[in-house]
Amino acid sequence: MSDITANLAYESHSIAHHGPRLRIREKIALTAMALGSMFLALSLIAVNAGTSEMIKSLWFNFSWILAIGGGGYFALSKHLMDRPGVRNQGKTTDSLTSRGAWGWMIGIVFTSFYICLYWFPGQLEGLVRIHDPFSLFMRGRAADEWFVYGTIYTILTLLMGAKAIAKYRHNRYQIIRTSVIMIVQLSFSYLFPVLAAKFSQPEIYFSYLWPLAYDKLFPGSIDHFLHSGAIGYFIIGWFVIGTFVATPVLTYYFGKRWYCSWVCGCGGLANTMGDSWRQVSDKSLKSWKIERWTIHTVLAFIVILTLILWFEPYLPVLFKEIAFQMRKFYAFVIGAAFSGVIGVGFYPLMGTRVWCRFGCPMAAVLGLLQRFNSRFRITTNGAQCISCGNCSKYCEMGIDVRHYAQRGQNIIRASCVGCGICATVCPRGVLSLENGPQENRYNQEQGLSLLGKMKSK
Amino acid sequence: MSNRHIVVLGNGITGITAARTLRKRSNHRITVVSGETDHHFSRTALMYIFMGDMRYEDTKPYPDDFWPKNRIELKRGWVQSINTQQKQLLFKNQESLSYDTLILATGSKPNRFAWPGEELEGVQGLYSYQDLEMMERNVKGAKRAVLVGGGLIGVEVAEMLLSRGVQVTFLVREKTFWGSVLPKEESAMINREIRAHGVDLRLETGLQEILANTAGGVRAVRTLTGEEIPCEMVFLTAGVSPQIEMVKDSGIDCDRGILVDRFLRTSAPDVWAGGDCAQHREVPEGRRPVEQVWYTGKIQGERMAANICGDHSEYDPGIWFNSAKFFDIEYQTYGLVMPKLKQGEKTFYWEHPEGNKSIRINFEESSGAVLGMNVFGIRHRHALWEKWILEKTSIQEVLSHLGAANFDPEFYKQYESEIIHAFNLHYPNQSVELKTKKGLFSKFLEEFFK
Ligand SMILES: Cc1cc2nc3c(=O)[nH]c(=O)nc-3n(C[C@H](O)[C@H](O)[C@H](O)COP(=O)(O)OP(=O)(O)OC[C@H]3O[C@@H](n4cnc5c(N)ncnc54)[C@H](O)[C@@H]3O)c2cc1C
Ligand code: SF4
Ligand code: SF4
Repeated sequence: MSDITANLAYESHSIAHHGPRLRIREKIALTAMALGSMFLALSLIAVNAGTSEMIKSLWFNFSWILAIGGGGYFALSKHLMDRPGVRNQGKTTDSLTSRGAWGWMIGIVFTSFYICLYWFPGQLEGLVRIHDPFSLFMRGRAADEWFVYGTIYTILTLLMGAKAIAKYRHNRYQIIRTSVIMIVQLSFSYLFPVLAAKFSQPEIYFSYLWPLAYDKLFPGSIDHFLHSGAIGYFIIGWFVIGTFVATPVLTYYFGKRWYCSWVCGCGGLANTMGDSWRQVSDKSLKSWKIERWTIHTVLAFIVILTLILWFEPYLPVLFKEIAFQMRKFYAFVIGAAFSGVIGVGFYPLMGTRVWCRFGCPMAAVLGLLQRFNSRFRITTNGAQCISCGNCSKYCEMGIDVRHYAQRGQNIIRASCVGCGICATVCPRGVLSLENGPQENRYNQEQGLSLLGKMKSK
Repeated sequence: MSNRHIVVLGNGITGITAARTLRKRSNHRITVVSGETDHHFSRTALMYIFMGDMRYEDTKPYPDDFWPKNRIELKRGWVQSINTQQKQLLFKNQESLSYDTLILATGSKPNRFAWPGEELEGVQGLYSYQDLEMMERNVKGAKRAVLVGGGLIGVEVAEMLLSRGVQVTFLVREKTFWGSVLPKEESAMINREIRAHGVDLRLETGLQEILANTAGGVRAVRTLTGEEIPCEMVFLTAGVSPQIEMVKDSGIDCDRGILVDRFLRTSAPDVWAGGDCAQHREVPEGRRPVEQVWYTGKIQGERMAANICGDHSEYDPGIWFNSAKFFDIEYQTYGLVMPKLKQGEKTFYWEHPEGNKSIRINFEESSGAVLGMNVFGIRHRHALWEKWILEKTSIQEVLSHLGAANFDPEFYKQYESEIIHAFNLHYPNQSVELKTKKGLFSKFLEEFFK
């Protein structure tokens, strides 16, 4: 017979852990976060260039402490309350994560922020000004909208990265990967450029390579670095080797994931702040078709533009104007509208990796390498798949993982960023990210009695 | 071969695999009939729909336009009876449908044991989409549910209910959970896991009756010891049995399920049966007469279709395997591991000190050949275990290459050395050394896949 007192203990535990109800502590934290965010928003209308340093400083500290403290406590506690394990309950019923009213609202807020940032930075004046004291401290000059953007971006990556680690704490691949993403964002994409500014060195984002940082290999940039002394040579070396040596070699050994899921800041934000929206990505064949067109068009555009710029001296003058117009077009349509406004703004509506999936030229290059010359694959474990669909649902790249798994085939897709979530959520241990020899990469386990029979079909 | 009309009754994994295979291999007209849903969905994902991990649409393994594209006609409707002389299906709504060849893939239904009160509002099983809808209605306002009968579906139902804040009391007749399948150590681990999630698990407790409230709903259950447990929902989760209602008067031979030979033919001409609803007259070695798992449905569906297309080969499922998840503990099994050792069989068991991971390997005492394994909380490679068991590899050989079978994600802690250490303590004069660590293409695997 079971022990009655033990059962009672379990009962109180069960309500706290599985019920949809929040405890008082979480409610307080949530309120603090809302208040902090509200104050950040309020600065947009209440603060201006004339506001005193003290008010700015108070405003900055007050709102960020509330937002980070409350948001952090809430996000962590939500997951730590529960036992470690896969927890996606409610993802398709909560309005925030299933394109409901909350999802749309957050989408609109993000999108508006990006529209202001790229085209109407004046609108962000108040928010920029409250960051003045912090910017002065960090880099010895007043804040601008890009410093504020970088700061918000980094805070979100760290905060939501901690949440992602709490959520996936039963999985060491996810813990290690998320920690690396957070560290890279904080150092390479935030502190290094900020400190460089402080010491009047070129503000370089070392983690963004050509063709994602599309102007890194333009003759103009190279020329500029050549004139910046020893550090300039180092920078040129870094980017040339990064693009032409590190990219193909690392992708050969580890697949696209070394960059997209371990280094890149866009992927970083997607896998931290965006993690709650990975499931809304579209899985249809149609979107796969569209994705292949758009991403390779962007890549072709960048390659052609880079080539024109390099060969400009030998080309008719007309090309100077063409290159100029192309650059302008790219900066506006791709660099701003696509990667920022849609890429992040649409997280709650189209999934976390809209830019990575439909636009990023770096992802296109890595994808081609991964598809045709890499040791990476996701292995399907024999005939254990029960076609439940979790893997496809939670793939942020919209890959129909189940399609392959239920046929016993390995998954080798250009777009797979190797985030490992399909393998994490699979309830039957069917999937595993692996690097191995290229022969039989598609189906290395064929030829066994039962499995051979099932797979050949 | 002239074109025939092949009707598949049932759009579960068995029927759908049969239809897809038929389409690949023939030009026959194919119609799939089901009363449950318009399209094939994954029954194994029912729990995720309820918990909000996925929507119903997400559980469909094929997009809706797959069926017209592949010229597979779908017909929704419940079949009442089958006329094997006139080769006709008769529907509940009096419609009929003629066939040249019929495939029966009607699946299962939850077991009932004529408990008093089992017809009350609020008492149900979980098998079909309709059951899920009923569960959605019954859960409204429910505070406590009582589950009767331990098994895999019961654990899933417990997890589903807890996710909605409903407390769960789980009545299990055996001494320990799933004791008819799991050896006692593994079963004890699952007892702990179920309880750790807040389920009030009552072992060795049977149901006496279900008590009604004044509105015809459930008020409580009474156990065999006379205790009353107040509740608003009761789940009958004591296994499933073949759904054979519609064949009862057709003259097709049935026992528990629809009887089939090794080619999956029933006793009626041009009528085949497979999947959960079929019962094998001759049982393949190491197998059961009725197999109610996903992959056997798949293999049988394929086999029926191939035989209809002119192959003449027997159903041969290979060595047994299965997998499941008990709350957060994953389970895989390859080969045969019974709760009690058979004559001439020895066992090796290792459990992690935290009690949430384990591995058991059973082997032949005389030759050392591995016969089967259970693994909990660690993932293992199907292909490799199948090979080891088929080739009667010795336990020493298997253990020394155990790392090659590890299928856990990268960076996971590996337990092979601890496992081997435990083996050597247990069997000091057969001691083993770990030769292959994890890593997909460690030397050993490279040899194997050459
Ligand atoms: C909750 C749950 C979880 C499970 N999890 C697992 C798991 O993890 N692993 C595993 O291996 N197995 C699992 N199973 C078992 C597995 O789902 C079944 O073995 C498998 O679905 C059987 O497939 P089938 O095609 O033979 O039958 P079914 O899937 O039952 O399909 C039969 C179809 O025929 C229809 N039908 C029946 N009679 C009629 C009629 N008279 N008229 C019209 N239509 C009719 C039914 O409505 C149904 O749609 C699970 C089962 C359940 C219920
Ligand atoms: S297939 Fe898996 S690893 Fe690849 S992107 Fe999708 S979820 Fe991530
Ligand atoms: S999550 Fe696992 S079991 Fe489910 S469909 Fe994907 S591979 Fe198959």
